[in-house]
Amino acid sequence: MDSGGGRMSTTLAFLGDFGDAFDYIFNSRESQAGGARVGGTELLPLLWTHLKVTALAMAIAIAISLPIGLALGHTGRGAFAAISISNTGRAVPSVALIAFFVAFFPSTPEFWNVTVALALLAIPPILTNAYVGVRQVSRDAVDAARGMGMSGTQIVRSVEFPLALPLIFGGIRTSTVNVIATATIAPLVGVLTLGDPIISGSVHGRAGQIGASIVVAALAIAAEVILAAVQRAVTPTGIKLERGGAVGSPSRLGTLKRRIQTAP
Amino acid sequence: MKPTRLLIALLVLVCAAVFVTACGGDDDDESSAPQAESTAASSGKIQRNDANSKVQLTIGSKNFTEQKVLGEIYAQGLEAAGYKVNKDLNLGDEKTALAAVKSDEISAYPEYTGTALLSFFGKKADQLPKDPQAAYEEAKAGFAEDGLVAFPPTPFTSSNEVAVLQQTADELGLKTISDLKGKSQDLTLYGSPECRQRLDCLLGLQQVYGLKFKKFVPVDIAQRHEVLTSGRADVSIVFTTDPQIQREKEVLLEDDQGMFPPYNSTLVMKQETADEAGADLQKTVEMLQEQLTDENMQELNARVDLDKKDPAVVAEEYLTETGLIGG
Amino acid sequence: MIELVFAQLQRRDRSGADCVADNGICPDWIADNFDRYVTPFWEHVYLTLVSVAIGFAIAFGLALLAHRWRWLASPITQVTGIFYTLPSVAVFFLLLPLTGRGNTTAIIALVAYTLLILFRNFMAGFENVPAEARDAGRGMGLTERQLLWGVELPLALPEIMAGLRIAVTTTVGLASLAFLAGAGGLGEALFDDINFRSNVLVAGGLAIGLAVVLDLLILGLQKAVTPWTRAAAA
Repeated sequence: MDSGGGRMSTTLAFLGDFGDAFDYIFNSRESQAGGARVGGTELLPLLWTHLKVTALAMAIAIAISLPIGLALGHTGRGAFAAISISNTGRAVPSVALIAFFVAFFPSTPEFWNVTVALALLAIPPILTNAYVGVRQVSRDAVDAARGMGMSGTQIVRSVEFPLALPLIFGGIRTSTVNVIATATIAPLVGVLTLGDPIISGSVHGRAGQIGASIVVAALAIAAEVILAAVQRAVTPTGIKLERGGAVGSPSRLGTLKRRIQTAP
Repeated sequence: MKPTRLLIALLVLVCAAVFVTACGGDDDDESSAPQAESTAASSGKIQRNDANSKVQLTIGSKNFTEQKVLGEIYAQGLEAAGYKVNKDLNLGDEKTALAAVKSDEISAYPEYTGTALLSFFGKKADQLPKDPQAAYEEAKAGFAEDGLVAFPPTPFTSSNEVAVLQQTADELGLKTISDLKGKSQDLTLYGSPECRQRLDCLLGLQQVYGLKFKKFVPVDIAQRHEVLTSGRADVSIVFTTDPQIQREKEVLLEDDQGMFPPYNSTLVMKQETADEAGADLQKTVEMLQEQLTDENMQELNARVDLDKKDPAVVAEEYLTETGLIGG
Repeated sequence: MIELVFAQLQRRDRSGADCVADNGICPDWIADNFDRYVTPFWEHVYLTLVSVAIGFAIAFGLALLAHRWRWLASPITQVTGIFYTLPSVAVFFLLLPLTGRGNTTAIIALVAYTLLILFRNFMAGFENVPAEARDAGRGMGLTERQLLWGVELPLALPEIMAGLRIAVTTTVGLASLAFLAGAGGLGEALFDDINFRSNVLVAGGLAIGLAVVLDLLILGLQKAVTPWTRAAAA
């Protein structure tokens, strides 16, 4: 019954694998059975595809959800729609969405099938947060703007949008992290992202699986940090001061609350 | 207040209960000592020997249709012979499956002689035997060095092959793989993820035929025909038993330089497991394989890939239609 | 090899065009083959419920600890947050050599994912308890334990249940990848034939349906245990 020793050596092996994983990230090597190069600079095309897919999916998602979310929030109508979309969006497994596009649009290049699927996944958090963000804007500010003679669009642009920015950015950050994580399953349908080393362990080895996971995690964290900085840069100073400190770092839980709406 | 307090306590209790049940029972039965003599062979029907029920077997398979059908056939057939059988099909590629046998995750899985020679035992293209029986003997010897036994092979052979659509073959004048020379750098090749490092796949095409492709895209092996018909792939790696070849009118390029070995299927198992399972095991396996001809295997694959039937159902049909299991 | 007479299987006539061959949405095929989805469906249900149950229990324990010792809140959030940045696929594969193929590996990964959601909702729930309620409770002479179970937890219920809803729907989604760890589920059914439209529709539809049903069930439960929120809304 002595499995303790076996587990110990597996754990040690696991820790040793970490060193190998870092080596995989920076130095290319022969694949597990030989014949192909993996790791190191071979990761760059995978990274590039991963970034391309993420950036395009986010661009499409923002272009669609931001105007709709702002419009719904401004008019106050469509609360049910906004909340329902958020709920249903969470219920759709990312795999199912990608599979749907692959099955129903076989002649479209798989890159676009995956990108559109990811864009759809990214919409709910942004849409909901845009809606809620606009609803949260103080009525006084809106009334004052209306009193000054601003039209509806002007109000949205000059008053509601800037005041809703923190929440909107929260949604964008959530979506970006989700998309980065979900893009790891794209290799299952032929789009080679950083998920390839993770899924094809027999080609890239344990080191590849762990190494690629570390790179994806680092990518997600970098996206968070960069978007937080952009958020700070773009939020009007008045709001920053009003909230007492840099926007984007309110209570820890507040940040987390905005972060997690859906998951990969 | 009280009802909600009760509810929370209940929720936690339910969670705890589910937790305990979930951790409760994942233990496999230990297989025990060898059992009575196997019963005499009869007219092609598998006889149940209750003494076999002390033996627990887990049948695995790789991750494409033919493998799943084979796995089901072995699993259902051995169960009919009285063994206790679990299934763990769809494991992954050949390396994953072999590792699973060696680590006792599964008892056995069907491997191909050619795959074993190239992927496990590092044979080079010029060392490959042409004769299926010779290929089997070499593979068997290789497995024996690892303490594994390879049961006698199936009649059918399912070889890797290079396939293009009819119109591609007409346009580029392709009959053999060598015809791709000078043209392949404009063509996209799709294959399984492990194709990159296999001598009977991309690596072999590069080394034996000296071909360079414009792009190699790894996809799930189940997509090997879909990528051709949808126009994504110019060239794809397929199996000779695939029913789609006929339906989509694909052209298989002739292997004129002999990079593909014979690929008969052989069940691979640890020697100890085979010994513990007794004589009935080999006898049953041979009975199951007897009717697995090229045509029959293609028909079974067609029932899954074209008629979209469940491999388990198709395996059962095979067993009843050949009279292995009383209908 | 000895020449043997082999029995030939019945060859089917596949020359005619039909729904399945045309890769359509085929009600007949779905009706005939529906039982292939039954086992994956229940595997999926099992994975989801067990993972959320375990995650709930652990998160609850952690929340009680963080409630008692405030300084724990941040480190716990950090650690559970780390699981969140790892792609779920990676966690399945990384655990394989340690815990083998099967439900255990999948459940460990799924539980790790629910922890952050549930823990931070527990903490958010506690944060949302009005100070007046706590003061009133203390004024009435309640002990810390009585305060926790009698005042704070009930008032935190809306947030906790909201977290449970998110955790459940998220887990249904993640469990679709559990087949990579050998745990079956609807993802296995989906990838059995990812090009066949009828299959994708049924497997995907069942997964979405499961998530929606579980979501509504918990929503109903939430409304049942927090009657005062209904009164406030009315």
